[in-house]
Amino acid sequence: MTQKKSPSPQICIVTVTGVDKVGIVARLATVMARANINIVDINQKILEDTFVMTMAVDIAGAKIGMDKIKTRLDAVGRQMALKITIQDENIFKAMHRV
Amino acid sequence: MRISVEEVYETVRMTLDHHFDIRTVTLGINLKDCIDRDLAAMVQRVRERIVEKGQLLNRCADRIVHKYGIPITNRRIAITPASLLLEPLPRTKATVVRFAKALDAATRKADIDFLGGFGAMVQKGTTAAEENLIEAIPEALSKTQRICGFLNLASTHAGMNMNAIARMGHILRDLAFRSDNGVGCAKIAVFANVPEDNPFMAGAHHGIGEPDYSLNIGISGPGVVRNVVAKNPDCDLTQLSEVIKRTVFKITRAGELIGREMAALMGVPFGIVDISLAPTTSTGDSVAEIIEAMGVGQIGSPGSTAALALLMDAVKKGGAMASGNVGGLSGTFIPVSEDEGMIRAVRAGTLSLEKLEALTSVCSVGLDMFAVPGDTEPEVISAIIADELAIGVANHKTTSVRIIPAPGRKAGDILHFGGLLGSAPVMKVSGTSAARFIRRQGRMPSPISSLRN
Repeated sequence: MTQKKSPSPQICIVTVTGVDKVGIVARLATVMARANINIVDINQKILEDTFVMTMAVDIAGAKIGMDKIKTRLDAVGRQMALKITIQDENIFKAMHRV
Repeated sequence: MRISVEEVYETVRMTLDHHFDIRTVTLGINLKDCIDRDLAAMVQRVRERIVEKGQLLNRCADRIVHKYGIPITNRRIAITPASLLLEPLPRTKATVVRFAKALDAATRKADIDFLGGFGAMVQKGTTAAEENLIEAIPEALSKTQRICGFLNLASTHAGMNMNAIARMGHILRDLAFRSDNGVGCAKIAVFANVPEDNPFMAGAHHGIGEPDYSLNIGISGPGVVRNVVAKNPDCDLTQLSEVIKRTVFKITRAGELIGREMAALMGVPFGIVDISLAPTTSTGDSVAEIIEAMGVGQIGSPGSTAALALLMDAVKKGGAMASGNVGGLSGTFIPVSEDEGMIRAVRAGTLSLEKLEALTSVCSVGLDMFAVPGDTEPEVISAIIADELAIGVANHKTTSVRIIPAPGRKAGDILHFGGLLGSAPVMKVSGTSAARFIRRQGRMPSPISSLRN
């Protein structure tokens, strides 16, 4: 924890569900890089026959608001036939950690 | 500890596939300081406050939806009971109707879905101003769109105001006949032991024991609970209760987080999370289907009351563990018209009015959104109300009635309201009239609290 001038992290979880295909990570990484959002962690699994990928991102230094990020992710989702959501990490912590 | 893919996926599926939402964020607003002997002066102050706070509520709700990705379906306002605000004003219907229209216009301007609190606490007796408000209800609610009414007609401490209950049969019939399909009656609920912080309509109001503002939140996930029950088809009922508790814990925690953050963002105190399961007409978002997933063939069959009691208990335990601010109604809504499973059961003849009443003895919120034939006598409507409120009074719990006399319709017909209100099969009212009992009026004494065997 040696942050100097960077703001404290604000972690969001991007969730991708659907059918796995080439280029998902690349497309998402491009959206994030353009908005100055750092990718912190990526995981993926097949759950109940569905491809599920989660990407933890830090939006503390983002150049755009969550509504705009969401619009851009929705566009990627439409083009690649995937469901993509972005949610603040605290909702998962509240629901799954006592 | 990083959140796992499984945990994220569980949450995402709740919203994407199982209709989990924040059903309502309801801002309670104290309007006592707006009271004036001049109606125009009061209306001016009330309007400014509702528009300002309503717009703030919408802005903050939008931000929270983007941040957490959980839909907030309704944004509502609950006010100090209108009867209190009208006390010093002339006791004419025109005054009440003018005030209702002003509230309606302010609510529309703020782009708020509904405003609740157009009612009175008359469980023990009725003041002249309250009587005037009650008499004006048919006109006030039929000439406005977004105003919801409530009346507390009974309580465990005071007993039952049978004068007001007898009058309500006539008032509700009048209101029904002024609107298409009687839908005006969907905007008013009558109560025993009404909570002061209920965020759900039609019964929300900002009670006199509340602070200036209070942000209350209603979560809802019948679809989520149904899914988890369906995934456990063979476990015993002790385990089933555990599974439901765990799920309700999770959705309540989400509600608590969102409520707290909404309140902080608005700069108002956080009130309560109401953990009631509230069905909608969307396929799968049904309380009846939870009971059926438990193994009862169709809701209304023998076994339904026991299954609902188990569900209610598990919901309360899971919710109470998740939040120290559980309040409001925190029961399970079983409205007929707003739940596909309930509609099916009435149409199939499995669910009768009598069984519906039995179900309400183990869950709030009472007899909700059900239609009766248009020629049902006012005294019979009052008797249905008296029966339901007696269950609440005797059992120290909230019960309510939202009854829709269907003009020109008979048992077996279907009323289509459209939208969130769904459609209601007109239910048969059995037996003979209790008119002589209702016309006796008076106050039914409060029940004894000792000798509890």
